Amino acid sequence: MSLDPVRLLDVDPLLDDPKTRIVVCCGAGGVGKTTTAAALGLRAAERGRKVVVLTIDPARRLAQSMGIDALDNTPRRVKGVDDSANGELHAMMLDMKRTFDEIVEAHADPERAAAILNNPFYQSLSAGFAGTQEYMAMEKLGQLRARDEWDLIVVDTPPSRSALDFLDAPKRLGSFLDGRLIRLLTAPAKLGGRAGMKFLNVGMSMMTGTLGKLLGGQLLKDVQTFVSAMDTTFGGFRTRADATYKLLQAPGTAFLVVAAPERDALREAAYFVERLAAEDMPLAGLVLNRVHSSGAAQLSAERALAAAENLAEARIVDQEGGKAGLRNSPDTYGSSESPDSAVPEAPAPDAGSPAADRIDAEGAGTARTVDHLTAGLLRLHAERMRLLFREQRTRDRFTSLHPEVAVAEVAALPGDVHDLAGLRDIGDRLAAGA
Amino acid sequence: MSRLQVVSGKGGTGKTTVAAALALALATEGKRTLLVEVEGRQGIAQLFETEALPYEERKIAVAPGGGEVFALAIDPELALLDYLQMFYKLGGAGRALKKLGAIDFATTIAPGLRDVLLTGKACEAVRRKDKTGRFVYDYVVMDAPPTGRITRFLNVNDEVAGLAKIGPIHNQAQAVMRVLKSRETAVHLVALLEEMPVQETVDGISELRAAKLPVGRIIVNMVRPAILDEADLDLTRDAPRTAIAKSLSAAGLGGARRGGVAERLVEPLLTQAEEYAERYALEREQRAALQALGLPLHELPLLAEGLDLAGLYELATELRRQGIS
Repeated sequence: MSLDPVRLLDVDPLLDDPKTRIVVCCGAGGVGKTTTAAALGLRAAERGRKVVVLTIDPARRLAQSMGIDALDNTPRRVKGVDDSANGELHAMMLDMKRTFDEIVEAHADPERAAAILNNPFYQSLSAGFAGTQEYMAMEKLGQLRARDEWDLIVVDTPPSRSALDFLDAPKRLGSFLDGRLIRLLTAPAKLGGRAGMKFLNVGMSMMTGTLGKLLGGQLLKDVQTFVSAMDTTFGGFRTRADATYKLLQAPGTAFLVVAAPERDALREAAYFVERLAAEDMPLAGLVLNRVHSSGAAQLSAERALAAAENLAEARIVDQEGGKAGLRNSPDTYGSSESPDSAVPEAPAPDAGSPAADRIDAEGAGTARTVDHLTAGLLRLHAERMRLLFREQRTRDRFTSLHPEVAVAEVAALPGDVHDLAGLRDIGDRLAAGA
Repeated sequence: MSRLQVVSGKGGTGKTTVAAALALALATEGKRTLLVEVEGRQGIAQLFETEALPYEERKIAVAPGGGEVFALAIDPELALLDYLQMFYKLGGAGRALKKLGAIDFATTIAPGLRDVLLTGKACEAVRRKDKTGRFVYDYVVMDAPPTGRITRFLNVNDEVAGLAKIGPIHNQAQAVMRVLKSRETAVHLVALLEEMPVQETVDGISELRAAKLPVGRIIVNMVRPAILDEADLDLTRDAPRTAIAKSLSAAGLGGARRGGVAERLVEPLLTQAEEYAERYALEREQRAALQALGLPLHELPLLAEGLDLAGLYELATELRRQGIS
């Protein structure tokens, strides 16, 4: 039905290529990023690579099935993976506070580390700052990459307010903690002597004064202590943020934008595609999750509905020959005008129930029940075809906007995924969608 | 009926849509509601098909019966400048602070401050009165951050308490908390009949309750129509395929013989029914989990034609029909 040949994303060559070292799954919330990341990791491992999956917020049962429900911030080997190709799957769930603490502990002497960890500003920052989770995910990615123990790292990105946060937050946090403003706040004495900085200094004292008033003074002091403690212990957040950023641009990193065939998710995906291009981040393609299909696509929604109506009409004609009104329609129940007929009918819905009819396989009762079922099947099909059409239209809008983006479609599953078999199935569907 | 209605939900559940439909539903009979957005995503503008909202209350829709819906995208930086102006008459100095990045710093990095400003602005709108002493807005509906962050977001007092022990921000936080923990406020959660959103709703509610924040209703969004009933589903399991083929044929869909057009439809149609049955069972399980929470439960249908402005009014009517306003 699509107008032009869509470029197809073939995930297997991407996963198999030894040069691929990092795969980042990004996209709007609720589109199946975590599941996609886990499925890709499992597939790569079963195809012979040594993989670690870094997840942010997996569904509990999925985490349990991978053995990473204990939040200890360390990759664990996942059991039950087919290792006949000599691959391994490791997985971990990000604990952002713990990651932040670890950075501090790794870079400061114990005394200074304790001072930082106990600083109230640090405590809020490490647990609460809107970008901390994003920053820590990238930090953890940097750490895992530096250890060089895995062939491939698959990263899930946090469920951000907007897809952009994940690219912006590390920079923002880095530039805040290492930037001019913090330096102004923390080192007013140094600047005082320089004539050229006079204006700034006035501005600054006004600012610290105002911020102090607003936040109650103590906070500012906490910030100052925190930043100076941090600053001397390791080489600045900006440097780290920059390094992580470069890692994302490096060859060997592949971004996969994950979306569902829905308007908002694809709008976000388009936005992300543009942003990645602007930042020189290597985009491998779009993974379109939960795409529906039909084995009976030759039958249109309209024809299916018309046929269902034909059957319903036939049934009404049938019923008029003796059992009129027996179908438990709400009208019959709610009507107070004819209590005589409504009451005895209520406990006798057997006329259309399969239990009664199945006894007589060839009887008229079965024909009616089967017609009812068939009409239902046709209506169900009409709903499916409408959904299919809507999904296709939404996807076509995206591909006409971004014909350069390769797309892999993942056929929808009726249920949720919470075990390795389910992930394997998703992986198969992902590879087949090319 | 609480005058501040906070709508949260897992990402992808359509909480902005539900918040907008709720604002429309509450704006009946000449009532006036304010729909506020706090995450800078311009989701409301997209939904109402208007240009990006400024930091300014602006009428965006008229509800049936003459009610009005206003919208406001709260920008934390501008809210802080507002606030500084209100308390310190800063004027130009405020702009200088902005240039220096101090405002950005204060709203971004000082944890909790941003949230106090956002919730504070919403609370201000709740309490605002006109010259005659009448409330300017009958209801304020907030399109809030997702379930995973909602308790933190609303529990500003705890967040700020550790940092700003005294001072105007501290006082502001106290005032905001008084509104948020009172019966003036109700926090609604939007869910889907899927495992993750339901689990997150269950977790979110226990967090809200632990923080003594008033939990309102659960709104299940995008509920698909029930097409096959239990009896039909029972029958599909040992369905007489030839009978279905005959039935399809009778409905005018071609031959029922082996290899006939109708006959070839039977398998794929039954496969779709199987998928439906699996989903149906799963949805029932999830619905039961939500019912067990003992909160008012509402369901909104999945709109067959996708969501547009007309669909939004349809959802608002549905909410009204279910007695939400």
